[in-house]
Formats: sequence, structure tokens, C-alpha cells
Amino acid sequence: MTAEVEETIKRIQSQKGVQGIIIVNAEGIPIKSTLDNSSTVQYAGNVHQLLMKARGMVRDIDPQNDLTFLRVRSKKNEIMIAPGKEMYAFLFRIQKPKQM
Amino acid sequence: MTSKRPKSKEAHKIKGKDKKKENNFPTADEGASEPDHPDYIFPLVLTSATQELFGCRADEDLTGENPYKLLKKEDIVQDMKTRASVSDFSPIKQLVLDYPEEELLLVFDRDFTYGQSFYLVLTVEAKENILKPSVQGDDEEQINHEEEDEEMIIPKTPESRPWMSLGSEQEIEEESVTESRPRLRYKISPLLRRCGAPVCFSDRSALDGKEGFVECPSYQDKSFSIREMERHTAIQASSDTKHSSTQTLWKYPRNMWTQYESREFSPEEKEHHLQSENLKNFITSVLTRFEISLQQNHITDVFCDDWTALCEDDGALTGKTETQLKEYQSFMDLHFSKEKTISHIHWHPTISGVIAVAMTERLSLEERIDNSTKLLLNPSYILFWNFTDPINPQLQLECPDDVLCFQFCPSDPNIIAGGCMNGQVVLWDISAHVEKLQDTRSGGKNISNKLDKNNVTPVVRYCAVSGIENGHKAPITDIQWLPETFELSKLGIPVENPSRISVQLGTCAPDCCVLFWDLRPPRVVSQSLTDVKQKSEEKPLENPHGVPNTFKHLNLTWKPFIRVSLPKIGSSGEYSPLKFSLRDNTVDCPTGDKPPQNTDREEGCGFAQLRVPSAKQQKPLENISTKLYVGTEDGELVYTDWKIEKDNDSGRLLSSKPIHRLLVHDTLVNTVSRSPFFRDIILTVSSFSFAIWKEGVTSGPILRSACSKMLRTVGHWSLSRPAVFFIGKEDGSIEVWDLLQNSHEPSQSQNISSAAVTCISTSSISSKQHLLAVSDRLGTLHILQIPWTLRRSSNSERQIVKKYFEKEEERLEYFEKRQIQHEKEKKEMEAEQQRKKTEPVMPLKQEEELEAEALKEYEQFLALEKVILKNMGLLTETEDRSDL
Repeated sequence: MTAEVEETIKRIQSQKGVQGIIIVNAEGIPIKSTLDNSSTVQYAGNVHQLLMKARGMVRDIDPQNDLTFLRVRSKKNEIMIAPGKEMYAFLFRIQKPKQM
Repeated sequence: MTSKRPKSKEAHKIKGKDKKKENNFPTADEGASEPDHPDYIFPLVLTSATQELFGCRADEDLTGENPYKLLKKEDIVQDMKTRASVSDFSPIKQLVLDYPEEELLLVFDRDFTYGQSFYLVLTVEAKENILKPSVQGDDEEQINHEEEDEEMIIPKTPESRPWMSLGSEQEIEEESVTESRPRLRYKISPLLRRCGAPVCFSDRSALDGKEGFVECPSYQDKSFSIREMERHTAIQASSDTKHSSTQTLWKYPRNMWTQYESREFSPEEKEHHLQSENLKNFITSVLTRFEISLQQNHITDVFCDDWTALCEDDGALTGKTETQLKEYQSFMDLHFSKEKTISHIHWHPTISGVIAVAMTERLSLEERIDNSTKLLLNPSYILFWNFTDPINPQLQLECPDDVLCFQFCPSDPNIIAGGCMNGQVVLWDISAHVEKLQDTRSGGKNISNKLDKNNVTPVVRYCAVSGIENGHKAPITDIQWLPETFELSKLGIPVENPSRISVQLGTCAPDCCVLFWDLRPPRVVSQSLTDVKQKSEEKPLENPHGVPNTFKHLNLTWKPFIRVSLPKIGSSGEYSPLKFSLRDNTVDCPTGDKPPQNTDREEGCGFAQLRVPSAKQQKPLENISTKLYVGTEDGELVYTDWKIEKDNDSGRLLSSKPIHRLLVHDTLVNTVSRSPFFRDIILTVSSFSFAIWKEGVTSGPILRSACSKMLRTVGHWSLSRPAVFFIGKEDGSIEVWDLLQNSHEPSQSQNISSAAVTCISTSSISSKQHLLAVSDRLGTLHILQIPWTLRRSSNSERQIVKKYFEKEEERLEYFEKRQIQHEKEKKEMEAEQQRKKTEPVMPLKQEEELEAEALKEYEQFLALEKVILKNMGLLTETEDRSDL
């Protein structure tokens, strides 16, 4: 793995609140991940389907359009998904509670 | 078929006549044979000449198989004319002439059915009939066949024709029965003179005489044996029953499972992917997007709900305007409260609205001694009050002596333990009266009825007291049950309590010891057989009437199993405790830290059945603190450990020395109470001041109040707000201290009664209603409602209070540090001074040297001055030179 890529991933990972990064190929099989295997597999499977749906929706409404970024915010955390041509990366982030 | 016959018969008959005419010779014979053949057939003998003439020679032209020959009528007529009477056809001359058609049928009758070898068919229909089927044999059969054929060929519905008699009605007439003659009628009547005369009947047997009866025996008459020729039977056809079965394939449900694995890349593949250019490009392109969103998240906190956070703090300040404690109810018993004061209050833990108070005599020590005889006659009581009945107490518990403190057992609210003035520990069991307490709670309407029925409040006698020799030697001032989570072993080590029932309690008294008692019968180490026999032979002593047998095993023989003495640190003597407080206690935090009620715990398990488990079985619990705070008569707060240690020298079991002791208060400590929210915060109240302590902080109290003019008699934490506590005073007023508002003065002060407050206790009936029970010296129990401001805590209050305490702790630490530093500095200063004093005098420098030094310095100074002035541009060159 080239050093730049490694470094980039590390940089994002070190941001506040980021719990993990997963890089996944077009079929949803994880390539690289900073989380443990079972979580990775689980996330990859679930997110893949969501991404397919979102992308399909965007292109259905306007075929010239394409999905650039998808953010899923939940009560406890946030998942950011960025699709590419052949692979997707997504980032899993836990929102630190501001109140004590 | 039948209809056709007559016609053809007639036709044949005509033809037969014709034949006769033709044939003269045999006609005489013919005439006789005429009836043998039908009318349309005319048997005929043809001579051989005639046969040759007409080409119908027998057995040559006309054979058996082909017996038909059509003869022309003209030929026959010609023949008849030529041969006149010789012609064979002469008998039927007329018939032939009458024949309508041109051709007649001649049939070779081989079998001589009609008497001759040939016969002539005389009608057209018969000819056709014979010719068409061309069947040899009987005419009738032929006709039948023909007719049948005709019918089969042309089936048509038969038309209805009038009924023609064929002779069948004659048979019916013969069968039917008709009257052949008119019926004969006979009338028999007895002689008239016999009618009406009295008649005498007598019996006569039928067997008397031969004329008695006429017998008609049956006999077999041979002339009437009829052979049944015909019999009517019914026959029904039925199909054969058949059994058949079929079976399907039984597909029964079966559990099947499949297992899958998510697809993954092998490490080599992963490596390959990672190395690809695609990945690099992708990552770089995606990175910016991620960073933008992360930045956005940093800028604002997206998960913060502003709406809910908005209202939090305002609610506490505004809102309800009432801040005063409102009087809800007050209880005063006329019978029992005269000259008495309430020493202790305790709410019933489970039944809401029931509160128990202990009444004691309002006398000082000398007065007690003076009136001791009178006191013996007036027993003291613990009264149970119910909100629904403010006049009569619900229950009275009889005590052997004045009870200064008591507590309900936390695991079984029917057991009450109290400490008396004579140093005895008393136990009551009110399980028999619990229903009454609960009933009156729920059915308020029935109060009037109950009053009529029994005005007498039931009195419950105590079921066990401790032995006087082994208990305290001074009035017991504090009693507390140990929580059901743990129990103490013989050495004071907290071990796991398997039965989940509180079985132990602790008491303290000013006789300088804290005792721990166990409710279970003591373990007998060794039992000889004689002992066992004796025990079984003895009749168990019956308790007096009405007292339950729950603590039979303890009565009068009860002794404590741990005795914690409090030797003074640093000097001889002992501390005399008045109140104590454990870390995991049940008084101050009744709702917290209790294990969830186990459903499998036996209800009403008798304490007699429980046994002190052996030391080996018990599992020590690690997280129970064995240290307790004790407030003493001298105003000290002693922090000690209740574990018993073995003294190596003497082998006796001794309690350890207290860890430390803090003297803060001037007079005796009347309250040591832990905050229900923070386990390590303790409030101690003495007459002039109160203090808040934190466990572990030994330098001093976190908070200490100013000395107040009015004596403070009791203190109590609020159950719902971590920053609030109540202080009762001697003038009968209650101070409400709110640490969030003011820590130097009470936030509220309210006068409740005219006499001093003796005890405060809080209870939360429901979330809307929190009640404060205050008792005063006159024996009245006041119930006050805590207003909304004092019972509703905001979410962050706990944190704020915690921070406050921590801040105070830091202050103390800082204070200590500063003190230490001060001391250090002080020491240093002293050392410095010392040093200065003892410093040796320096030798005087020689004058010349001094002068030379001074000159040098002066020159240096001048040079410096010049440089500066030059830099500042104030010095001109001429001045500079002139100075030189």
C-alpha cells in the first residue's frame, strides 16, 4: 500500500471522534479497514445496500446526476459514505457527547 | 308390425285365390290346403312345360338360394290365353289380372312350406317384402325381420291410436271379483222377553264338555298343495364394494439450516487491490469530501438538541411560587402524648401514609430517678399513625423502656428493632396487624364504622429483648439495620448474604462501644447427646398471648456477636458514640443500592430457621467498606474500622484503633447522616454548628457553618435534591439549606411549632408529593409538604453539587498546601535569620583598593553616559572632545 494512501487514512483516523474507516470494493467486499473483522463485514454489507439504493435514487431522478456523498446521522453516531468509480470508502464516527 | 300383418295377409289371401284359378288340376287339392298358407301366397304347381316356358325350372333356374323369379304379367296372361285351362296359372287368373304391377313374383318353394313347389306372391307389398331382404324361410319370420329392419331404419314415435282390444281385458275381468248376487243380510236378536231380565253369569271353562269349543286344527290337505309357478321377487343390483387406498409422499417439515460466510478477500488479493492506482486516485478524491464534512461537524455540535437544553435551568427558579413548607397534617395523641416527647420518627417503608413515632418521657435524669416508680407503671409506646385517622393511632408497640431510636427492617417491614433507654435492644413483629394498617389506608370510608366497633388501639408486645448483661450499659442512641446485601462474619468481615434478608443490626450507646447483633440463633459448636435430649424434652416456652414466635430463640438471651470499642487515639480512654453511620447503610439511602426484589425469596421466612453459616462457606465481599463514622458526645467525628483483629500478644479479639478523629464541634453530635446521593458526603450536626465532611478527606470538613445563636437539634438530607438539607432548631423552626444558593446561611427558615424539633424524616409518597415529618418536644408530629422547588431537582444539580464539593475539597487541599508552604517559608525565613546572625564579619578592604575601585567604576560610568548621549543625539562632537 503506498505510503501516501496510508498516511491519508491515518490522518483521517486521527481526527476527533472518528472511530474507523473502511474501504470497500464495488461488490461490497472490504479491502482495508481499521476496525475489527466482524464489525467491518457487518458494516460493509449493510452500507453497500444503502448506497446502491441512494445512488439509484439520485440517478433515477436525474440521469446526469450522481451521488457524491452520503451522510447517515443517528442518535449516537454518524456514518459518512463516499462512493467512487470502483470502490467506496466510508467512515464511521462517534459523536462525542458535549454534555457531561 | 301387427298392423301390417292383416293387410299383407289379406293381400296374400287374394293372391292365393288367383293361384287357385290358374291351376285347375291341383285346385281341388288346393282348396283344402288353402287355409295353410297366408292369403297373399298362392301355392302353385308348375308343370315342367310351364317351367321351361317361364324359365323357372326347379333346381335349375330357381334354386334354394335363389328362389325368386319375376314373371311378367303379360306372359302369364298370354299363357293363360294359349293354354286356357291347361295353364298352370288358370286358378289365379283373376288375381293375376287384378295384379296392379307388371311383374309377379314366383317363389320356388323347395321345402314345400305351402304345400306345393312353387308359390306366387299376390300382392305388391309382399313381393317387395320378400324380394328386399331376400331371406329364405318362414314368411312370418321374414315379415318380422322386414318389419324389424324397417323399424330400425326408420325409428319414429308411435302415434297414439285408440285402444284395440286384444283379449287382455277378458283376463282382467276373470280375475276381478264382482258381486254375482246381492248380499244377504241376516239380523239375529234374542227373544224380547229375555232383554232386561237379570242375568246371572257364571264361569265355565272351555274344556268342560266337548261342546265347549270347536276346534279347527290345521291339517295338510293334499288337494291344496300348490306349486308356486310364479314368484314375485325383487332384485337389486349393487356394485361390488371395493377397498382401495392410496398413499402420498409425506413431506414432513424438517429443520434445515445453512451457514454462510461473508465474502472476503484473501490477503494477496487485498494487497493487490491496495497497490492499485485506482485506490490512490480514489482516496485522494474522496479525502476532500470527508474533510469538509468533518470540519462541519466540528463547527457545530449536530447532536445537541437546543430545545430540550433550553428549558432546563429556568424551571427551577420560576414556575411555582410557593417555597414554603406547607402543613399537611399533624398528629397528637391525647392519651399517650401527655408529658411525652417524640424521640424518633420512622416512615413505614412499604405502606404509604403510615408513620411510626417513639414516645418517651420528657424528663431529665434527676426527674427520672425521682419518678422511677411511677415510670414503671406507665409503659412507653411506639405509635403508628395513619393519615386517614388523625386522632387515633393505628397500632401501639409496647416497649420495656423508653425507646430512643428504632428502625423498620428493610427487607421485612413487619420487623421493627428499637433501642431502649436501659440498653436493651427490642424486637417487634407486627405481621398480624399489617392488614389492619393497610386496610385503613385504603378504605377511608369505613373509619366511622371501625371507630364504633373498637375504640381500642391494638397493643403489640415486643417479641424479643436482648439480655441485659450482654447489651449496652447506657441508653442506646442509634440503631441501624445492615442492608440485605451483606452480613458480617464473626471477625467483622463483610460476607455475602445468601438469604437476602437483613439479619444483622448495629447499635451504639455512650458506653463507648458499637455492637453488632445477629437475629439468627447462634451456632452451637458442639452438642453433646445429653444436651440434645434435654432440649427435645423441654417443652418450648410459650410466648405470652398474642405475641408471635418469630424471635423466640433470641428472647432474653440475645447477645451481640461483634463488639467494637473505640479507644481514643493518642490518649487513654474511649470515645462515647452517639450516632454512627456506615457507608452502605439503609437509613439514609432507602431506595438506592438495594438489590431488586427476588421473586424466589421466601416470604416470611422465619428467622429461627436461618442459621449463621459457617465461616468457610461465606464468601467475603470486597467492595463493602468496613469503616464507619461515629459522632461522639464530645463533638468529635471518629472514623474507625469495625473489623476485629486478633491481638497477637494476648490472643484476644480486639477492635482496631480508630483511624482518625476530627474535632469540629463543641457539643455533642446529634446527627451523623450520609447524603443519599453521594456516598462519601456526611453531614454532622451539633448544637451550634454543622459540618459537611467527605470521606477520605481528613484535613477538615468541606463545609462548616457559622455558629448559630439558636441551638441546632437535628439535621436531615433531602431525598430528592442533592444540595438541600434540613436543620431543625430549638425554637421549633426548620431551616432549609440549599447549597446551590447560599452556603453561609439557610435559604429558608420556617417555624413549625413552639417546642424544639426533635426529629426530622422525609418520605416521598408519590412523585408529586414529598412529605417532611417533624416531631417536636411536646409530642406532636407535624407532617409538612415539601414544595415543588425543594423537591424537584434539575438534571445537572447533582453534577453541580458534586463539583461544588470537589471545589471545596480542592480548597482544603490548597489550604493545606499553603499551610505547608507557609510553614516551609517560615522555616526558611527563620533559617535565614539564623544564618544572618551567625554569619562571620567580612575583612575590611584596604582604602586604596577601595578608591581605585571607585575611580574605575566612575570612569566606566562616564563612558557609558557618553555613549548613551551620543546614541540619543544629544551630545555634540565639540562637547565630546571637550570632556575628553
